[in-house]
Amino acid sequence: MKKIILGFLSLTTFCSYGQFGQGGNVTGNMESNVQVLSTDTLIGAVAPDQKVVANSYMNVNYSVGKFRAGARFESYLPAIAGYPAFYSGSGMPYKYVQYAGERITVTAGNFYEQFGSGLIFRSYEERALGLDNAMEGASIRFSPLKGVDFKGVIGRQRVNFFEGQRFNSDGVVRGFDGSLNLNEVIPAFSDSKFKVTVAGSIVSRYQPTSNDTLILPKNVGAYGGRIDMKYSRFYLNAEYIHKDNDPNEQNNWIYNSGHGAIVNMGYSQKGLGIILTAKSLDNMTFRSDRNTIGNQAFINYLPATSNNHTYNLAGTLYPYATNLNGEVAYQLDVLYKIPKKSKLGGKYGTDLHLNIALATDYKRDTEGADWAKNRVSYIAQPFAMTDSIFNFDFNFHIKRKFNKKWKASAHYFHFVYNNDVNEVTKLAKHYITSDIGVIDVSYKINRKHSIRAEVQGLFTKKDRGNWATAVIEYTISPKWFFTVMDQFNYGHPDENLQIHYLLGAFGYTHNNSRFMFMYGKQREGILCVGGVCRPVPATNGLTFTFTQSF
Amino acid sequence: MKKISLLLALAIGVIGGSSFINTDDGGLGKTMPSVMLENLDGDQINSADLDNDGNPIVISFWATWCKPCRLELNTIMDEYETMQDSMGLKLIAVSIDDERNKSKVRPVVDAEGWDYDVWLDSNSDLKRAMGVNYPPQTFVLNGEGKIVYSHVGFVPGDEEDLYDFLWDLHENKETTSSH
Repeated sequence: MKKIILGFLSLTTFCSYGQFGQGGNVTGNMESNVQVLSTDTLIGAVAPDQKVVANSYMNVNYSVGKFRAGARFESYLPAIAGYPAFYSGSGMPYKYVQYAGERITVTAGNFYEQFGSGLIFRSYEERALGLDNAMEGASIRFSPLKGVDFKGVIGRQRVNFFEGQRFNSDGVVRGFDGSLNLNEVIPAFSDSKFKVTVAGSIVSRYQPTSNDTLILPKNVGAYGGRIDMKYSRFYLNAEYIHKDNDPNEQNNWIYNSGHGAIVNMGYSQKGLGIILTAKSLDNMTFRSDRNTIGNQAFINYLPATSNNHTYNLAGTLYPYATNLNGEVAYQLDVLYKIPKKSKLGGKYGTDLHLNIALATDYKRDTEGADWAKNRVSYIAQPFAMTDSIFNFDFNFHIKRKFNKKWKASAHYFHFVYNNDVNEVTKLAKHYITSDIGVIDVSYKINRKHSIRAEVQGLFTKKDRGNWATAVIEYTISPKWFFTVMDQFNYGHPDENLQIHYLLGAFGYTHNNSRFMFMYGKQREGILCVGGVCRPVPATNGLTFTFTQSF
Repeated sequence: MKKISLLLALAIGVIGGSSFINTDDGGLGKTMPSVMLENLDGDQINSADLDNDGNPIVISFWATWCKPCRLELNTIMDEYETMQDSMGLKLIAVSIDDERNKSKVRPVVDAEGWDYDVWLDSNSDLKRAMGVNYPPQTFVLNGEGKIVYSHVGFVPGDEEDLYDFLWDLHENKETTSSH
């Protein structure tokens, strides 16, 4: 408790010092989400006893010369609807001090860091989801010469924030990463059109054992390498990580080793971009606590292989997230701009975007695996697919500016979603096939006033049937916006549940401050950020959001 | 424990309030924090080493999945060449796309036809250091590298305020240097 007060006092001192301009810099932000909820049995919205719930955050960074220090206050009184229940109370779970010199950066306290694609190590924060696996310990980054970069980390991860107290993982995470930019390091190579960076990492977790029946490894290691190549307009980057046997709650205490591989290759020139992604994951959940499941305590990051859909019906009803046990996935993106002032492209050109993504289960070969002897239950080969589809996503987008005032875009989505593997609804089994169409038109009335309208339709024979959404947004630059949205579940098989979810919002922006009020009904759905998803319950009531950056 | 919660809530309120008042003068005059990140060619960049020969720089935080961000960058692109020629403006588009979408940044930039410098902030280190909550957020650095403008969000028309600000900055500089 004393620590908190001390930390707070030193920070306010820092702040005032910085604000009166003695050469230091203070940066930071704050965010507050307050909901006043009421119960609506028809949509399944349940108000908590408190009626008023609020999440608040405030980050403060202070830097002077090569030193930097900072902290984050968090407060859940109690947490907003759908937020993980273990977030409660107020406290300061994140604080750090840092020295950033020319060649060396040292951080003590809490920090975020990532090696390569994150397949082996990524500590990060995704506030909307209630995800935060910040390390508590120390990190160092050292560049002895240009093009050579080393990183080392050691610490425990944040897994919980209960009654204002931060709780760290049982396991300790140690990691090292080194990368070498060959064009910078080899003088003869410096002007080459062919650019290559090679790198390698090793991460290990130590956790005392706590199991009477199994002999568990106290130290579990993962290691691998990556390469990044470019030649003119072509590029290729790839990473492969091997994880040693790591019996845990997620994999049902098997002694298999795991692997993760991601390959991106593409071609890009002005007006055209093509990219193909391939991913193979098997038994690759790597956590700082072997007894944890869900979204907590991840040492590594398993990205989803599909487009991030932002239109409401496409993004929140049947969204795909990486299967944690493993999957094989491919994705193709083609972006093309029909040139300006051409017959087809019009005066400003027309943008096309095609995206196709497929994820399937991977092949488990029981031959060669000896369960009785070593508790290895199968052998997995990288990129060996099966015909059990987890997710198929085809989407196409066309966007055109007609003149200085009118802009429009049209979007089509076709999803095949496996509800048995990752259940999003109790009303359907097996595959849910859906088609979605969106039209989005905007008109600039004058220098300050604009209006935008959006119509969406989702068509499916399963689950809750068809949906339609209409959105109208009116903006007055640079301060105001007003929005009305109606989602109508007109195809629900139960006529009593063919409900309108009407929502109104307005907001005010002043430089770096933003207020938003939102009132109405929100249906239950899935909120996904970066391929990690969490269900959000139906709510009915008022939401107030304030964000401020300084 | 309750007392502490109350104290913290109060502290947040006070600092939040005071910072709000201070942003009217912009809370400005800060310099770029020092954070290591990469450009599209995979070269390491220190954000504090930013230099544009005494000309202004616009820093714009964006992501491939953020529609207002792409609208903002597309809109500014219409005037970018003019402002490059007349005031030596440089725009750095800082992508906060993480590993899921990072590989799409280059094709998106090319397909949109942007001539901006692009930085990859794939674990949000610079975003955190600069106090950005959500994209888009746009900053202007003057010729001395001081942050002199910052704006959160983008709606059509916001670009005009940015242009006005940049032209004023340019004219003041001309006046100062000619006197």
